[in-house]
Amino acid sequence: MTINTSRRGFLKGAAAAGAVLLVGARPDGALAAASSETAQFNPFVKIDADGTVTAIVKHFEKGQGPATGLPTLIAEEIGLTMDQIEYEFAPSDPNVYNNLLFGPFQGTGGSTAMANSWLQYRQAGAAAREMLINAAAQSWGVDASGITIEEGIVKAGDKSAPIAEFVAAAAQLEAPAEPRLKDPSEFRLIGNAAVRRKDSAIKGNGQAMYAMDVHLPNQMVAMIKRPESKGGIALGFDDSASKEVKGYISAAVLPNQAGVAVYAENTWAAIQARDALAVDWDMSGAETRDSDQIRSEIMAALDAEPTYNVNKADIGAVSAAIDGADKVVEKTFYFPLLAHAPMEPLNCTIEQTAEGDIVLHDGAQMPTGPHMAYQQIFQLPPEKIHIKTMLAGGSFGRRATPDADYQVEAALAFVVTDRSRPVKLVWTREDDIRSGYYRPAFGHKVRVGLDTDGNIVGWQHQIAGQSVIKGTAFEAVLVHDGVDHSSVEGVTDSPYAIPGMAVGLTDTPKATTVLWWRSVGHTHTAYAMETMMDLVAEAAGRDPVEFRLAHLSDSTNPDQQRKAAVLKLAVEKAGWGNVPTGRSQGIAVHKSFGSYAAEVVEISGDPENGIKIEKVTCAVDCGIAVNPDVVKAQMEGGIGYGIGHVMRDQITLTSGAVDQSNFPDYEPLRISDIAAIDVHIVPSAEAPTGVGEPGTPPSAPALANAIHAMSGVLVAEHPMAENGVSFA
Amino acid sequence: MSLTLKLNGQTHSVDAEPGTPLLWVIRDELKLTGTKFGCGVASCGACTVHLNGEPVRSCQTYIEDVEDAEITTIEAVGDDKIGAAVQQAWVELDVVQCGYCQSGQVMSAVGLLSENPKPSAEEIDEYMYGNACRCATYQRIRAGVQRASEILEA
Ligand code: FES
Ligand code: FES
Repeated sequence: MTINTSRRGFLKGAAAAGAVLLVGARPDGALAAASSETAQFNPFVKIDADGTVTAIVKHFEKGQGPATGLPTLIAEEIGLTMDQIEYEFAPSDPNVYNNLLFGPFQGTGGSTAMANSWLQYRQAGAAAREMLINAAAQSWGVDASGITIEEGIVKAGDKSAPIAEFVAAAAQLEAPAEPRLKDPSEFRLIGNAAVRRKDSAIKGNGQAMYAMDVHLPNQMVAMIKRPESKGGIALGFDDSASKEVKGYISAAVLPNQAGVAVYAENTWAAIQARDALAVDWDMSGAETRDSDQIRSEIMAALDAEPTYNVNKADIGAVSAAIDGADKVVEKTFYFPLLAHAPMEPLNCTIEQTAEGDIVLHDGAQMPTGPHMAYQQIFQLPPEKIHIKTMLAGGSFGRRATPDADYQVEAALAFVVTDRSRPVKLVWTREDDIRSGYYRPAFGHKVRVGLDTDGNIVGWQHQIAGQSVIKGTAFEAVLVHDGVDHSSVEGVTDSPYAIPGMAVGLTDTPKATTVLWWRSVGHTHTAYAMETMMDLVAEAAGRDPVEFRLAHLSDSTNPDQQRKAAVLKLAVEKAGWGNVPTGRSQGIAVHKSFGSYAAEVVEISGDPENGIKIEKVTCAVDCGIAVNPDVVKAQMEGGIGYGIGHVMRDQITLTSGAVDQSNFPDYEPLRISDIAAIDVHIVPSAEAPTGVGEPGTPPSAPALANAIHAMSGVLVAEHPMAENGVSFA
Repeated sequence: MSLTLKLNGQTHSVDAEPGTPLLWVIRDELKLTGTKFGCGVASCGACTVHLNGEPVRSCQTYIEDVEDAEITTIEAVGDDKIGAAVQQAWVELDVVQCGYCQSGQVMSAVGLLSENPKPSAEEIDEYMYGNACRCATYQRIRAGVQRASEILEA
């Protein structure tokens, strides 16, 4: 395996092949170009002397498509076919490869990969095109305006040559400050549903390399024995039984005493040796709560005065308006802890080079996190730390821990060795389920008052749960006036025109380690909002679609218009209201991560003997769909992820210890759970917005609304399977 | 103990203790990393390989029980026409997302089409039930199996 972790690495590889054109950005954001000998920056695009074009992808690929989408932007602007562009993952460099929406921080999350790369990668491609064209103009003695590049061929009149011919000359030119971007009418790849993923073949034939597949010469496999409940401290261990395991090497208490690292020659030996290890724990500071206690704390908070009056409403007046209303609809919701459970159990590998540099092989979602943590742990300057980003077997948020949890754990397991052997840290599924970070439990209490005409006169919405952001490095940016926006997003910023809305938030005490989970706060806020919309419409005697549209009717408000448009499209495509006997439909629509998604779930059966999800119809507006088929795939996946968890899953705690341990008791969505999903994309000229997460929020409330339509019962607590609903 | 494995048409001698799951011999000893570890308890299918043409979960198949069997992994399943058709269909439909489960999905799909060349949607759901995909690519897996069946029919 070649390691291209630094600029030097890139350029060395590049120089060997001859002249190379590199286009990227300087730290101040200005476009820069150079040949490999002179480059002082990390590029977005690299063109080798033989004309091979490589997109340097700054976002990691966990299935959501940047390894296809970012190369598409460059290929489009240069004028290439998708077969003429390769991709490589960027090294860790938060000055150049930062997420433009995260500041000087390289990372993927919040469905931002396309939104923050859209202009940047197109500009790099457009600059490369202009430079190649200018080089051709000089060489041919013709005017640049008469030169085009199509399918990798530079053309002017009867002259034509592959781009390879002009790479060396182009590399001597200055990058244009503002290259002309193609007009959408010129797009051949962007928005083209026939463009295929670049990583399909290797993922179907076993060649794709994930971090789990790293085998460095002489590596050891490390597993960590952790306490039953978080916060236990390892005092010592007895490894006499581990010594019976062939391949066992040694064990060591981690420097932070959070566990004991067990080292072995291979994974199976590590699993057995860890099982055999006896550890002496100090559990006096460990977490001790039961899930029931978490639940009662949340429920109590919903009934008390909220800590934060989120939208600075006159709570007393809203409450009084509801008390005096003709009808009041009231519902309390509870959402349990959830695990992310990406398919590839967490792992990463660390090695030290002969020069004393540290190299991390990782499906790195936020390379800047481990990059900063490693400077401390290894006492090294940033340029001595290299992160080799591998394909990631899913994440759903789990790999984006603000404290770089598993990478730090690997580093701690490595520093206590003599560093002569690389250390591969491997988690099992049990580690993933039991030692994880969780979607926090949340509760909502919503009271809505209606007047005699069925109009909303007040909407009082109390939210309580453990903040994801507080206590992390993101607090300064994402918490305002004490309010963690991610706890209330989807309610306070809902595009619905709701008169008399009062949103209150109370943070509940730390119960366990919590983390953003695919679509973050929208996982629970969309459920509360969209099932309430149905209940309130019903109380008002109005059709749920018409009722929603009536609150999205401001023609001067694009937010409302776009939300209304996806709702209408979903209604049309789903055949809303036209279901065969024995079937029921439910609908939900929600805005998240800048995108709008409406979903109709159609079910058969009944809640007692088993419900079957026959079809989910989705309409999405995510601005320009760079790759429409990837957008569809993300909606399909987001719907499955949302529905799978509310059907059957929860994490519960007994005395601080997680009760579940593996897929048999944290059951994934299975192929038979949803018979069909049909996705439609609203055509748009707006800049691209998120697709990785927006499919998830409406899926569960649409299912709940369908069950409500069928049975009259609105399930307000999850998982559904433990709250009165059985699934066929 | 030292034993001989017949894997992907070749004979390998490996050194492994009885009770070692075939999965770890394939991944750690033979360094064939296409076969994945997802759960270790036969409930996700990521580790699926063929034993004499039949899909099995290699995380729950012990090394001492497979000495006489022909083992096929994802790296070689495409040499056969059913495997090639499934892989072609997977690319045509862009079935994969993160891809981590997909070696196992392909191995199970080949197993299904080997015994049932034209499965219905229900038959696919029943056969593929044990292959979890956390990215929820199921819709395309179903379509992929049907597309592979068409390719084979042509
Ligand atoms: S790893 Fe074998 S079934 Fe999950
Ligand atoms: S493609 Fe990610 S788990 Fe199946």
